[in-house]
Amino acid sequence: MSSSLVDKAAAREHSMTLRDYAIRYGFIVLLIGLIAYFAVAAEGFASPQSAVFIFQSVAITGVLALGVTATLVVGGFDLSIGSVATSAMMAASYAMVVLEQNAIVAVIACLVIGVIVGLINGWLIVYMRVPDLLATLGMMFLLLGLQRIPTEGRSIATGMTMPDGSVANGKFSEAFLALGRHRIDFFIPNLIPVSVVVLVVLALLIWFFLEYTRFGRMMYAVGSNERAAELAGAPVKAYKIWAYVISGVFASIGGILLAARLGRGDIASGNNLLLDAVAAALIGYAVLGAAKPNAFGTAVGAVFVGVLLQGLTMMNAPYYTQDFVKGAVLVVALVFTFALSGRGKR
Amino acid sequence: MGADAVFQVKGLKKSFGQNEVLGGISLDLFAGEVTVLMGANGAGKSTLVKIVSGVYERGAGTMRLAGQAFDPQTPAEAIRAGVVTVHQNINDGVVADLDVATNLTLDRLSGRGASLLFKPANVQAEARAVADRMGLAIDLKARVSDLSLADRQMVAIARAMAHRPKVLILDEPTSSLSSAEADRLFSLIDRLRGQGVAVLYISHRMSDIRRLADRIVSMRDGVVSGTFDRKPLDYEGAVNAMLGRKIHLDRVVARSSARAVFTAEGLQLAQGSKPISMTLGAGEVVAITGLVGVGKTALAETLFGVRRPLAGTMQMDGKPYAPGSAREAIVAGVFLVAKDRAASGIVGGFNIERNISLPFLKRMSGFGVMKKRAERAAARRQIDELGIVCRSEKDELSALSGGNQQKVMVARWMSQASRLFILDEPFQGVDISARRDIAAKLRASADGRATLIFVTEIDEALETADRILVMSEQTIVGEHRNDNIDLDRLLAQVAGGPLTSAA
Repeated sequence: MSSSLVDKAAAREHSMTLRDYAIRYGFIVLLIGLIAYFAVAAEGFASPQSAVFIFQSVAITGVLALGVTATLVVGGFDLSIGSVATSAMMAASYAMVVLEQNAIVAVIACLVIGVIVGLINGWLIVYMRVPDLLATLGMMFLLLGLQRIPTEGRSIATGMTMPDGSVANGKFSEAFLALGRHRIDFFIPNLIPVSVVVLVVLALLIWFFLEYTRFGRMMYAVGSNERAAELAGAPVKAYKIWAYVISGVFASIGGILLAARLGRGDIASGNNLLLDAVAAALIGYAVLGAAKPNAFGTAVGAVFVGVLLQGLTMMNAPYYTQDFVKGAVLVVALVFTFALSGRGKR
Repeated sequence: MGADAVFQVKGLKKSFGQNEVLGGISLDLFAGEVTVLMGANGAGKSTLVKIVSGVYERGAGTMRLAGQAFDPQTPAEAIRAGVVTVHQNINDGVVADLDVATNLTLDRLSGRGASLLFKPANVQAEARAVADRMGLAIDLKARVSDLSLADRQMVAIARAMAHRPKVLILDEPTSSLSSAEADRLFSLIDRLRGQGVAVLYISHRMSDIRRLADRIVSMRDGVVSGTFDRKPLDYEGAVNAMLGRKIHLDRVVARSSARAVFTAEGLQLAQGSKPISMTLGAGEVVAITGLVGVGKTALAETLFGVRRPLAGTMQMDGKPYAPGSAREAIVAGVFLVAKDRAASGIVGGFNIERNISLPFLKRMSGFGVMKKRAERAAARRQIDELGIVCRSEKDELSALSGGNQQKVMVARWMSQASRLFILDEPFQGVDISARRDIAAKLRASADGRATLIFVTEIDEALETADRILVMSEQTIVGEHRNDNIDLDRLLAQVAGGPLTSAA
């Protein structure tokens, strides 16, 4: 392992070997190749409409993936992000449709859910010593059930009948729906959805946080060597809990965008959110040979997953082959990260 | 006498890459005798044990068991041939989630001739037989995870003895036992000795060694540095052979300090241990030496706020000092270069620069945003000061040699001024030139702060310190000014015996 690192460092000074290029730029090249392939093979792929579709699907998984990146940085994992997102979606719908509240109340309710779930996850992992995968898996099941209790398992839409027989007359506010549906002109009219702007802003925020602040730096230290971080004076427990709070909040923002796009609280939606987001974050390890969770890689990973799904859809590939291809890409990305760069082992 | 040895090792060598760990070890074990193997960290004890127990392949040399060539390729082969090892980590020897009976008979569940079905009645009967032979009074139905450490240790040994081995190797078996628990272990070992088993007992605890040893073999730097089998055993000679001075290196000109920086009063580290009182002065370098397991790391961690003392008070610059965490200690100006840099120092994902700045991110940032220029400047200064061999401050630590990695760890904590600078085993896994660099730097920069180093090797203390304190049994038993030092007295204190020389 050390010899490969020496090679790598030496290569940086002189010339990089083919293998170094593969590790560094492999995934970017793959992404460009993928886009080129779909542009030729799938009719209509290279069009503004298709770009909008990709952006829209990337926005939600991307926001979730950025959140899970924070937990990966501290050496944890968050499996509850998908269900936090759908819970937030149901909460937003419930607030506006049933309780007839405005957009701001709905958004605040979602964010509060994200914070609370993050705190509980962090508490379970840090103080109750439940392993991260199990704690967040438990939280996932809990939320999947909880979000259905208020409506006894029904989806939420204007005019629905409540369990007590009354009819819910509230509706989604226009301002709220704009979050998911409005598009901003960018060279071509109506190109960029607001949700993409949200993604870009959050991506820049988390990137800056992780790369340039002392808090982000310490989070990486906690993830790499917890004891060393503690002996360097870091409040390790607090950092871990914060990571789960970030993850919960980002997932709830993803849920807000989802609700705004759908315009209803659809209990069947969001099934793929977890897997897509996790795939994006893990693919992010391989981008530019980072071999660690990072915001830029996660964003690229999200675009990669989005392009792949949109391209396959436009080539009329059945939905089950999409899952297969997604899984295959993830496995390849993990091989890139752990085997080729030789940094998987500590 | 050599003809009677049930187990003979001759000229055993082993290297890892360039690094020769064993340079021709010869060792005899006799039936019905306890041979104690002593050696400081890195002397090659564990490598020797791993070769004998079939984990590592040997580089050169021969091994004979009861007159036959002994050449195990796997741990299972070694066990079948009759050489059984109980490793230091007790939980490696037992399966915590199974009951005692199943643990005792575990090795019969697999391998050739094992029956396909699991018959609880047979297991109970076999386990009962094993337990009786060992005089083991433990409920066979209890789950191992519910047992005390000592009982688990007994189960691990009993399980090993179920093979009826000729040779039993115990690697630091008492390192996590209380003295009452250790007594039970000793009577078990006496019983095995009576049954004619050759026992190789690896330990640092002088009290264990005095209680058990028939012979003592000392190791140092991959070779046997002394064999002691004449009664009464020369314990101090054994310690001397293990730790004693090899070469006379740079003599230190001992300084004294008038102004106290740190004082501790009545500090008690463990239940029943004598309290520690000490004063560390500005500008002096004090070394605390003692064998492994005498509480050096516990004391270091207590001073650094990671561990709480059972009793006693501390003061920094005359003000009460009772840190509740590493963070509070750092704020008070107490820095610790922790033992075992890989586990508790190095952040693997970080380069040199980021490893150095780690504890001081707050001082190197404004409104939370890192000042990268200040960080780089600090790293470059430290690389210069300590002579760290690297391409640039962006190098990964895994690309550096052990000595340079350790320099980075020392550089981390020297990048800011401290009041009390503690280093726990700073020379472990460090080559001689890096060791000299670090020691010279420590002495050169000692002005204005108190420096405290914890070392097992007496050489290292003699090379670095103005004053040497000796620890034994969780307390300080001796103090020496490093000036015409009475080494015999110091070694006697390390060995924990009476102060009159036994030889």
